[in-house]
Amino acid sequence: MSSVTMAKAINTSLRDALRKNPKTLIFGEDVGPLGGVFRITDGLQKEFGEDRVFDTPLAESAIIGISVGLALKGFRPVPEIQFDGFIYPAFDQIVSHVAKYRNRSGVPLPITIRVPFGGNIGAVEHHSESPEAYFAHTAGLKVVTPATPGDAYGLLQSAIEDDDPVVFFEPKSRYYLKEEIDLPSAAVPIGKAKISREGSQVSVIAYGPTVETALQAARSAEQEGISLEVIDLRSLSPLDTETVLASVRKTHRAVVVHEAPVFGGFGAEIAARISHDAFDVLEAPVARVAGLNIPYPPARFEKLYLPDADRILQAVDAALAYG
Amino acid sequence: MADSAQVVREQDPVRSVLRADGSLAGDPRRALGLTPEGFVDLYRKMVSIRRADQEALNLQRQGELGLWGQFLGQEAAHVGATMALEPTDWIFPSYREFGMAMCRGIDPATMLTVFRGLTHGAWDPRKFHFAPLAIPVATQVPHAVGFAMGSRLEGSGEVVLVTFGDGATSAGDWHEAMNFAGVFKAPVIFLCQNNYWAISVPLPRQTAGRIADRAAGYGFPGIRIDGNDVLAVFAATRAAAERARRGDGPYLIEAQTYRMGAHTSSDDPTRYRTAAELEAWSSKDPIARYERWLRAEGLLDQAGVDGIGKEAESTAEKMRTRLREAPAPDPGKAMFDRVYSRPSPGFQQEREEFESSLESPG
Ligand SMILES: Cc1ncc(C[n+]2csc(CCOP(=O)(O)OP(=O)(O)O)c2C)c(N)n1
Repeated sequence: MSSVTMAKAINTSLRDALRKNPKTLIFGEDVGPLGGVFRITDGLQKEFGEDRVFDTPLAESAIIGISVGLALKGFRPVPEIQFDGFIYPAFDQIVSHVAKYRNRSGVPLPITIRVPFGGNIGAVEHHSESPEAYFAHTAGLKVVTPATPGDAYGLLQSAIEDDDPVVFFEPKSRYYLKEEIDLPSAAVPIGKAKISREGSQVSVIAYGPTVETALQAARSAEQEGISLEVIDLRSLSPLDTETVLASVRKTHRAVVVHEAPVFGGFGAEIAARISHDAFDVLEAPVARVAGLNIPYPPARFEKLYLPDADRILQAVDAALAYG
Repeated sequence: MADSAQVVREQDPVRSVLRADGSLAGDPRRALGLTPEGFVDLYRKMVSIRRADQEALNLQRQGELGLWGQFLGQEAAHVGATMALEPTDWIFPSYREFGMAMCRGIDPATMLTVFRGLTHGAWDPRKFHFAPLAIPVATQVPHAVGFAMGSRLEGSGEVVLVTFGDGATSAGDWHEAMNFAGVFKAPVIFLCQNNYWAISVPLPRQTAGRIADRAAGYGFPGIRIDGNDVLAVFAATRAAAERARRGDGPYLIEAQTYRMGAHTSSDDPTRYRTAAELEAWSSKDPIARYERWLRAEGLLDQAGVDGIGKEAESTAEKMRTRLREAPAPDPGKAMFDRVYSRPSPGFQQEREEFESSLESPG
């Protein structure tokens, strides 16, 4: 066992995917000699050559568009979009083709689109967004996001091996989060949530960067004698409603957490499912703790925008005091 | 790795007014219509924006700015292009055009508040005829074309200059905008600051052709000039602006220059480029070259150089002090004020809840 960062785990997972399958290709902006602006592809071009790991012109729509053609030709493209806020030029290709090609033609499209996402890194505009709901809303795509180094390794393996397209959101504020693991770590199936911490009074449902925040909240709550169960969704689409509902059937209360704005956010889907399928056991309305309904603010104010442990605990208190 | 100096091929002379050694390749005085003070002013502005750029980098290193993207080496493009326009002509920048903003009279300290993380936009574009920064690459290009189409529809006479890097010319938005400009004969100047690098990706990875040649495909002219020659940039921009104002439509200028600094303060260029390449480009420095010529022409002497240096120093100092003293805006204001022209009651309520949560922590 050694202490592994999420950045290292993803880098290793990509390396192993390139080794395992000669059809795996990695490309995007600055992924070659630079090794990516976050160094996630560090060393890969050196090891696997410029045909399999290469820099592209600066054009997100074409980066995804050529992925469709390469997949059709039998490759497994793993394109990188440099930042969340720069995926929008590729939106047409992703929604109109990556998601729907199979439905139109019966041809599988094994593309894994890697996207560093989320805020809390003090960046300038367009570098801190959480666009996951747009993609989870689009049938034909799988949408996943890891919260730990081990899951990042395993989930990425599953994504690249999957015959369907996967949008793989990497919580960039957690790239340097460490875990004691051995690589390769265990496979993580797509569509399976995980109980990150067991508890009995309130289910806190999170994904990506906010799992760690929820765990912080759970540790503080414990000191006040409150027991929180933290669920890491890992996969937004398909969604593991079973794990979520089983937890809520135990705790009778739920708080959903994400960085994206609360309005129309992915939390609404979770809240609706719980409210519908576990209505009989709920002792408080499902609460959502999320980003404000404004454009992602300038860096100085991002801490006020993002959900933190305090805001989660307020929602927990309100849920416990309800009725 | 390809050497950027080789981009300028023998059969492919870059149009310059000033040669690298500061001698003259044409007669700028007649062509440019600049007074002696006008010539010196181009120098003053280049010196001033370079000093401010260095100061901004220092401020970033001191933790006063979250990020800084230097434009070191690109001063001639910033100053030459901006000063060739009328103040009422509009400029649509990307994110590296701090020097252009200064030339337009935008307070540099105010501009830096964007990089201090206090605001996403620090000036009123309508006041300075200078659009907000556009961080998503190439997205400002269609905006500029739309503005130019509007100017043509109204017959209001403004010309628009949009500037972007070599990387931007790969993006769909860029091509779509170029095409619109050609079709609608928009009075717009496309100024490509071809600084060879797009973060770590070199020019040959952006295009197998020549940027200037692309204009032909959209039905208007394009030229490649020496972007480190302030007079060449000035002359080309002036000519393109006059042409656009006459109603003859768009023009593409590919200004060949070089990004002497890192892409931004987060970048480490030693991972992808050589010291030799940097050195080759330092010998083409836009300020040193122009200073040599001004001196040789008797337009500038040592006292003038010293005075301009002092002025730049004091501008940078003022910028530093004003930035440090810039009050942090009220969070509610900074985050909610500009989202909607008329906020809905629901939005208003969310703002109030947010503001009261700040007053009563926990
Ligand atoms: C659409 C988009 N994709 C990616 C990025 C990240 N990025 C910022 S600057 C840059 C390179 C831009 O190069 P170029 O257009 O040549 O301009 P320069 O920075 O050299 O001035 C990249 C890839 C971005 N800002 N926007």
